[in-house]
Amino acid sequence: MANESRIPIRTTADIVTARQKGRILAMELGFDGSDLTVIATAISEVARNIIDHAKSGEVIITRGNQGGKRGICVVAHDSGPGIADVEQAMQYGYSTRNGLGIGLPGAKLLMDEFNISSVAGQGTTITMRKWRH
Amino acid sequence: MRVPILKQGDYLIASVQSVLSDDDLQLLRDDLADRVGRFRSRGVIIDVTVLDVIDSFATRTLRAIAHMLKLRGAHTVIVGIQPDVAFAMVQLGLTLAGVGTALDLEEGLEYLGGRAHRLHEHRSFGSREEDRLGHPLRTGRHSHEHHSSRPRDEDENDHPGHASQRSLEYGQ
Amino acid sequence: MKRQSQKQTDEATSMHHLGVRTATTGDEANEALLRQLVAHLRQNRTQLREEWASHITEAELLTSMSKEEIFTEATSVYDNYVAVLETGSVEALQAYARNLSERIIPRGVETHEVVGIVLLLRDTLARSLFKKYQGDFNLLNRVLDAYEPAANRIANTVAVSFVQERERIIRQQQEAIRELSTPVLQVRERLLILPIIGVIDTQRARQLTEQLLRGIRDNRAKVVVVDITGVPTIDSKVANHLVQTVEASRLMGASVIITGLSSEIAQTLVTIGVDLSKVNAVGDLQGGIEEAERLLGYEVIRASQSMNPEGQA
Repeated sequence: MANESRIPIRTTADIVTARQKGRILAMELGFDGSDLTVIATAISEVARNIIDHAKSGEVIITRGNQGGKRGICVVAHDSGPGIADVEQAMQYGYSTRNGLGIGLPGAKLLMDEFNISSVAGQGTTITMRKWRH
Repeated sequence: MRVPILKQGDYLIASVQSVLSDDDLQLLRDDLADRVGRFRSRGVIIDVTVLDVIDSFATRTLRAIAHMLKLRGAHTVIVGIQPDVAFAMVQLGLTLAGVGTALDLEEGLEYLGGRAHRLHEHRSFGSREEDRLGHPLRTGRHSHEHHSSRPRDEDENDHPGHASQRSLEYGQ
Repeated sequence: MKRQSQKQTDEATSMHHLGVRTATTGDEANEALLRQLVAHLRQNRTQLREEWASHITEAELLTSMSKEEIFTEATSVYDNYVAVLETGSVEALQAYARNLSERIIPRGVETHEVVGIVLLLRDTLARSLFKKYQGDFNLLNRVLDAYEPAANRIANTVAVSFVQERERIIRQQQEAIRELSTPVLQVRERLLILPIIGVIDTQRARQLTEQLLRGIRDNRAKVVVVDITGVPTIDSKVANHLVQTVEASRLMGASVIITGLSSEIAQTLVTIGVDLSKVNAVGDLQGGIEEAERLLGYEVIRASQSMNPEGQA
């Protein structure tokens, strides 16, 4: 069982690759039913955020066990300009672009844990987890 | 991969054949805009049965396509959204508001057919749309089968409130 | 889950194994003793096995099994037991124990019975060792040093396998109960009913929605009536799940009618400010089905009236 998938994100086609790999890994980790689609969708959103705001970056998907809980961990990292106001960016419906502003806040809704850290000029790292029920 | 578009009478049918990249989606939008104008189509069915993820970008694009085609005189119905995809979409807060939905191609055609029937009854396209969009969403009721739409539209004239109730698929 | 606890067991047993080796004067001496032990147990197989079986009956264990059955299983356990002492590998025993558990759990055999019979075997064999080596106390001590850890490890393996198997069966049953508790029923072509009974939590809400959405696809449903008469309370979380179910159904082209919202629940929902503007609610199940039929274009007419369609006012 591959415990880790690293997907470089440079083009929109890589978004598709990332979510497909995420779905496979989630399946290997024992997720089933709609959770697989939920995880793939969340990965799609954070990967797209990289393309939209930093041009390129990386999505790392790993087994995300913690304590007695088993799950999946997704890290989306870029070295882009960073997000000036994280709180604002995480508001549902807020967008710096012409989008709906649903991407990141939406991903947060889909996953059980969602952390974002961003430093202006240095980049953004999003870490999210989902536990198996 | 470019999405093939079929012409069937007054309708266009776009069947998504494989996973769509963002570029494919935008190409689909341009192709549909072009053909709706060329063929003077009244309805468009986009079949997304094969999509295993519909994220916020795809939803936004599908909605934009539907709204744009409406301005060009065609109604759009999205068919074939799979159970898990639908569930993930609503958890993400995406509801495709203002866009018609149906189970599959067959239902999609019926949906457009029933709709044309009703429009024919009322003749006035514009006022009908205003009526639909002007009312807040009330229900999730579905459009009706072809044969049953006629008596109910007459009924609507007696009870104007019902019209907005049933307009869910277009409204919001 | 199973794989994880399995791994823990393996780790525990291999650590145990390590303990055996350091506790004795050396691997070779230890193994020689174990070989001697195995030879003794093989030689006295018939007698020891019968002794053990009679202890089981005396202790009133495995009462749900016949004498013949007990003797057959006892033979297998005995042989597996000796094999573990000989090879040091518990894998075969584990597989046998799981298989045994699968067969005896449905007959109501309890954990204490399984643990009990393995401990009885351990003691029966230990007694025979006392008897054999009673003349040489030092040798007896060394034999027991070799025997006890291995015997405990076997008891541990059998008990854990049994419990794991039981947990697996419980999980399976829970799954079955959950599915039974949210049946998606087709009452007419294109019309589904989902009667929900009992408390809805997030986990169940998810499962319920999944089932309903699959039901919509499989039955080509156009209208769904979700009856929540049997749901005692609804908080904002559950209400939002209901709203999500309604919206997801619409994405698949189906309409949802919610019935059985009690006045208390309706009050609560209004008070906590849940947005139910997208939910089509009808008072009771009957009204909901009538509404659904209307949406589907059915018209219910009394048989006597239908003879004379002009007659209906």
